[in-house]
Amino acid sequence: MTQPSNTPDATTSMHTAEAPFVDIRGLTVTFTAGRKPVRAVDGVDLQVKRGEVVALIGESGSGKSVTLRSLLRLHTPRHTKMGGQMRVGEHDVLALSPSALADYRGRVASMIFQEPLLALDPVYPVGAQIVESIRRHENVSAAQAQQRALELFERVRIPSPERRLQAYPHEMSGGMRQRAMIALALACRPQLLLADEPTTALDATVQIQILLLLRELQRDLGLAVVFVTHDIGAAVEVADRIAVMYAGRIVEEGPARTLIREPRHPYTLALLKSRAHGALAKGSRLETIGGAPPDLSALPPGCAFAERCAWAQDGCRQSAPEPVLLAPGHQARCFRTDATKATAPTVPTPAPH
Amino acid sequence: MSSASTLLEVRGLVKHFPLKKDMLGRGGGVVRAVDGVDFTVRAGETLGVVGESGCGKSTTARLLMNLIAPDRGDIIFDGAAVGGRDLSLKAFRRQAQMVFQDSYASLNPRLTIEDSIAFAPQVHGLPYQQAVERARDLLARVGLEPRRFAERYPHELSGGQRQRVNIARALALQPRLVILDEAVSALDKSVEAQVLNLLLDLKDEFGLTYVFISHDLNVVRYMSDRVMVMYLGQVVEVGEAEALFEAPRHPYTRALLSSIPSMDPDRRTEVPPLAGDPPNPINPPSGCRFHTRCSQAQPVCAQRVPTLTTGGGSHPVACLMFEPGSGHTAAPASVPAASLATEGA
Amino acid sequence: MNMLNITVDPRKVPEVAFERSPGYWQTVGGRLLRDKVAMGAALVVLGLLVLAVFGPMLAPADPYKASMLSRLKPIGFEGHPLGTDELGRDLLSRLMVGTRLSLFMGITPVVCAFFLGSLIGIVAGFAGGPLNTALMRTIDVFYAFPSVLLAIALSGALGAGITNSLISLTVVFIPPIARVAESVTTQIRGRDFVEAARASGAGAFTIVRVHVLGNVLGPIFVYATSLIAVSMILASGLSFLGLGVKPPEPEWGLMLNTLRTAIYTQPAIAALPGVMIFVTSIAFNLLSDGLRSAMEIKS
Repeated sequence: MTQPSNTPDATTSMHTAEAPFVDIRGLTVTFTAGRKPVRAVDGVDLQVKRGEVVALIGESGSGKSVTLRSLLRLHTPRHTKMGGQMRVGEHDVLALSPSALADYRGRVASMIFQEPLLALDPVYPVGAQIVESIRRHENVSAAQAQQRALELFERVRIPSPERRLQAYPHEMSGGMRQRAMIALALACRPQLLLADEPTTALDATVQIQILLLLRELQRDLGLAVVFVTHDIGAAVEVADRIAVMYAGRIVEEGPARTLIREPRHPYTLALLKSRAHGALAKGSRLETIGGAPPDLSALPPGCAFAERCAWAQDGCRQSAPEPVLLAPGHQARCFRTDATKATAPTVPTPAPH
Repeated sequence: MSSASTLLEVRGLVKHFPLKKDMLGRGGGVVRAVDGVDFTVRAGETLGVVGESGCGKSTTARLLMNLIAPDRGDIIFDGAAVGGRDLSLKAFRRQAQMVFQDSYASLNPRLTIEDSIAFAPQVHGLPYQQAVERARDLLARVGLEPRRFAERYPHELSGGQRQRVNIARALALQPRLVILDEAVSALDKSVEAQVLNLLLDLKDEFGLTYVFISHDLNVVRYMSDRVMVMYLGQVVEVGEAEALFEAPRHPYTRALLSSIPSMDPDRRTEVPPLAGDPPNPINPPSGCRFHTRCSQAQPVCAQRVPTLTTGGGSHPVACLMFEPGSGHTAAPASVPAASLATEGA
Repeated sequence: MNMLNITVDPRKVPEVAFERSPGYWQTVGGRLLRDKVAMGAALVVLGLLVLAVFGPMLAPADPYKASMLSRLKPIGFEGHPLGTDELGRDLLSRLMVGTRLSLFMGITPVVCAFFLGSLIGIVAGFAGGPLNTALMRTIDVFYAFPSVLLAIALSGALGAGITNSLISLTVVFIPPIARVAESVTTQIRGRDFVEAARASGAGAFTIVRVHVLGNVLGPIFVYATSLIAVSMILASGLSFLGLGVKPPEPEWGLMLNTLRTAIYTQPAIAALPGVMIFVTSIAFNLLSDGLRSAMEIKS
């Protein structure tokens, strides 16, 4: 049974009957701990509907992880300045008081991380951590919470779940730990799941298992998911929509299929072209992006990608481009989308099955 | 097969790590990290090595460089046994070098970049000034302007730049063989592409031979001439890269290659090719080590250890399905011994 | 900034000005200079060192001149700003002149222990295996004794006097320094760049000299500086017990001992040498804390 393909009508932009579950407008995040303030996120607009999976793709310094963590307000308040507006459901995330924030985390939105060993407490069995989380948010007895934990473990397909509930994190293998972390994240039935590179550290065969599990859980529970990764392949496996980030901004956003087949932003094009894949001729060189990412404490006035862009013109360096609507649900921040239209990216061959 | 000369030949490599017992006698046992590995590397080629956690590829790399002493096995470089009469360990180290995964941990934080690169030549007798000149020359070759980088410290460079330094450092002794142990795994994709191009350029320019270890199958396919697949300390399949990727023979290889994301939103994977996690090399399964997770396993697989044979196909594979007369229902009929060729892998 | 098409002539790169970065210690120094607390402590230490060198010249009165008529005069007494001790000697002068001996007793054992302890620890850490076990378990035997007890026992066995106390204090500090040295060396030894050095065929001595020392001496040194305060207190303790400095030499610990009886009559005077020990300890500790923070340079 294949996924229904994403027709242009099915995706929406801001003017829709159903309000998005996650609505981020003009988010800015500046870190003030160092000598110069670092603008990690520079005006991000993102909407996620209920039951939708959005992947945030980018490289180091793009701001994708910072954006994700802002949704749970995980940055140290003293050294972080956040601006803009973030709504999740009916919560105004930036305005939550500390106690409201503690209720919001885990209950409304929850997160899974790249390295479970760092996210799970090493001195408690995994089952105990799940029970603790459930009882923090809901008024249930220990026995009921224990039962819920068991059900969660079964849900995430951990074999011998009763036994594993008593296990400590270090006693579990990598894939199982990741599943345990997913179980912990889903313990209080959140409506939004945030995933920060959850499969990056996993072996290929385990990665595909976890990606499929996430898709299945998301479908069954109707979760909204924001999935951050640098691996485009993983994003394509799970996401309905993909947003590409560069230097703290979303530079292109659209349905997964459109973005992969018809990317229009020069950075997206370059990123797809520089991937090593089977269709390349042996001995040929990869097409790389010259230059280096910009210094986030000294962003240029114009488009942040201009100095590395093959299509850049003078106008690009003077003012930052606003999003251009290319098709319903597909937009790119670029002045030169007409020029990039003509370029066909290399279509990668599907993996042998 | 071409008649390119064999640069490196490995026979019967074994390394076990004993686990300590506690006071009550519990624990103990042995981690069979590398358990009988044979392969060859031809001069001028890139041999890709793939496998998941516990397969032993990193241990194999360290055994090749003699950073860990093997329990058993022979390593023969250009016809001479390493550490033997004709090839001392120190002389071998001039010819084979390694690039590690963690670009920051591979560099001494207290030394300048050029001092780090110049260290090895000095160890082998080159005077300081000449060693520094060679270091600066190499920096230019890997794309780092010496004027800007030679006297800097590692913490001032980005990950990609540091990895270029590590490559320059590996080339400082003018080796013939370079082992790249997940050398690009920790880099951003765009930086990875630049470093891969650099590696290809250097290979052509210096006539190097690479052993390229990686978990990223796409990259391995792109970079390698031949590919070797490892599982739980053993080699399960080895062959020309394109042939292996287009038509994998071993069930594990097929599952592994199917795990690569499809990059096609309309044709997503629906069922994971393999269930469970890569097992622990402490108590490997009997017989064929993969039989516990193999969809084609039969009772004979738990009893009989497969050997690496061609079995009438295109490249060697260690699976009872391809071993004539093995007892597996899919195996071809017994073939007279004279035609059985365990091809030099 | 094209990183790929290499067109630089590889034969001779001109010897023009190379971009240098400040070395590690310069960076540490810079960070330290910006740390206000550490700099305050450094000033205090500097003042103490000045006193140690120039104390006898700066002291207003003769520290040895006793006067039975002026015994135990309070602070602010005419001619004696900090009062007099039980033999009528000017306390201010004795405190100032006593800086030299007290600091000497504090710093010297730590310096000696630093060299010896580092040697043992680095050898044990780098060699590993049976040698490590042999060395470190021997060290553990000494480490098991509480330092005060060990100092007293050794001093008692060797006999009283400055030299013997210095020896016994050095022995007391070798084990902790050796443990830190071994631990840091073992960590460094496992790092990839040491493996890379082995992979290039370097011998053990070369690797230790080039790669290990530069990385371990710093942390060991920081740890050692935090022991200076402890050493001063232990030396004072030894003097207090009569095992270290002999009267009439001014040394803060000894002064604490002899002023014991004055606690009921002139408590402020009796506490003054203790205040000096306290101030010195805090200053050294804050300085070594600052040094440790400054050395944690993240990339």
